[in-house]
Amino acid sequence: MADALLRLEGLSKKFGQVVVADGLDLEVGPHEALGIVGPNGAGKSSLFAMTGGDLAPDAGRVVLDGRDVTRTSVHQRTRAGLGRTYQVPRPFGGMTTFATTLLAATEGAGARGDEALSLAHDALKRCGLAHLANTRGDALSLLQRKRLEVARALASRPRVLLLDEVAGGLTEPEVAELVELVRAVHADGVAVVWIEHVVHALLATVDRLACLAGGRLVADGDPEQVLRDPVVREIYLGQDPSEEGAA
Amino acid sequence: MSAGVPAVSRSGRSTRPTSVVGAVLLLVLVALPFLVYEDVTSSLVSLFVLIVIASMWNLLAGFGGLVSVGQQAFIGVGAYTVVALADAGVPPYLGVLMAAVTAAALALPTSFLAFRLRGDYFAVGTWVIAEVYRLVLVKIDSLGGPSGRSLTGMNDVDATMRAAFTYWLALGVAVVSVATCFWLLRGRIGLALTAVRDDEVAARASGVDVTRAKRVMYLVSAAGCGAAGGVLVVDALSVQPNAIFSVQWSASMIFIVVIGGIGYLEGPIVGAIVYFLLQQVLADAGSWYLVLLGCVAILVATRLPRGLWGTVHDRWGLSLFPVDYRVTRAPAAEPCPAVRT
Repeated sequence: MADALLRLEGLSKKFGQVVVADGLDLEVGPHEALGIVGPNGAGKSSLFAMTGGDLAPDAGRVVLDGRDVTRTSVHQRTRAGLGRTYQVPRPFGGMTTFATTLLAATEGAGARGDEALSLAHDALKRCGLAHLANTRGDALSLLQRKRLEVARALASRPRVLLLDEVAGGLTEPEVAELVELVRAVHADGVAVVWIEHVVHALLATVDRLACLAGGRLVADGDPEQVLRDPVVREIYLGQDPSEEGAA
Repeated sequence: MSAGVPAVSRSGRSTRPTSVVGAVLLLVLVALPFLVYEDVTSSLVSLFVLIVIASMWNLLAGFGGLVSVGQQAFIGVGAYTVVALADAGVPPYLGVLMAAVTAAALALPTSFLAFRLRGDYFAVGTWVIAEVYRLVLVKIDSLGGPSGRSLTGMNDVDATMRAAFTYWLALGVAVVSVATCFWLLRGRIGLALTAVRDDEVAARASGVDVTRAKRVMYLVSAAGCGAAGGVLVVDALSVQPNAIFSVQWSASMIFIVVIGGIGYLEGPIVGAIVYFLLQQVLADAGSWYLVLLGCVAILVATRLPRGLWGTVHDRWGLSLFPVDYRVTRAPAAEPCPAVRT
């Protein structure tokens, strides 16, 4: 894929003896929705941390829209179009949800004045938080915090959205709402990379699935095929991966 | 996909009454030298200095998470700037302005050194940096060396007028300091600063240049402390290096901000008034003064962990300096593919 929007080239990272990325290559197209599964400790969150800039790789490159961003800081990558959510939501406790999205609209998307206000409101509305515009981050429920993570990322006008286990800890109807939201965002032309244990949520959303284990990709391709892959099944200890997350 | 523009209000529900009360209070404070004896206004100078340095420390620690124990570096730099400029013929009152500029100018290179340290190391590092500033300044013989210097250029001013001018100067510096904090937090950078206060990692992910935001706070804070140092020397008419570079200043800032409420613009003002009153009431109590101060600190820290103003704010939602964005009306509804709730 010559015109990949996000390209990871030979990413490697070790913490002492623990390998979290072992020469990882991954490409995401401009309108793609990619799901990533893998057991705990497979290096999923480290992959996002390196992509987003929170973690510096030992070797390899992160290329966003043809530009090498490996050495750039987190806020520069956000401004370049990389939106992300954290596995454990990080709301701004003392800021209202509107101030939160307004911050992302001004600092992340570079919007000003009315444009910033409407972008901030739009992001909240899309995530079903418009009625909580004046509520502080520390007064939100878990689902609302997860939505705020997505809203904040959306307000920075991302071209690629990295979602880190946003469905974890939610009830079934809540997961269904989240799937709706991610599908709508993707339909607007935002590329999505979604790490998730709740496999059925992924299957409803993504058009490509990759499986990560021991810091490398063991499978990558059509979601149904990846889930049928014997190596992937082995990694899930003989379980049917599509049953995962129901627990 | 773009919706309309929501109506947003920046003022709290208590804004109008508090701004009227604030304006009246300010007028009374300005007229005070004509209304009361000189000892009242001269003791208020120290209250204004406390408000300035505490507001600056609140900006630094309460919003930037930069727990500095070395702001006395800039208090000292400010004081010595006024002394040195007075030797060169610059009127001391104007020298106070230059003191702020000098402190900020020195804070810029200092920040590159200090920002290499994080958390506890930053605290200890800033203290060491303040000591370095003191050691360098006492090497300069023309500034009096270890025994300090007196301020020139004030002898020809009548003592009563001088007291009044110094009072107005201190009041002015305090008002400008608080107003600067308010203006900073209300502006675009204010959102970034508040976000940095709440969660640095998430602030970065939202596109905030966290290091730059912290540097802005560090420079503003240094400028305020520099001006405070200038006021101190104009008030005392002399400077003594061990006193002006004393870590006691940092202890006072921390005490005031923790008592008053860290992360609230009102906190340092409330805390400074409490600290000032304790100082006045317990002036003759000797070492019992420090014992009582410690007890107050422990009581507030355990009973009211958000400080006096934090408690008021939580209970009544009161805000003298509203910096929030309140959405008062959503834009007209239009078809939207969003999730319903």
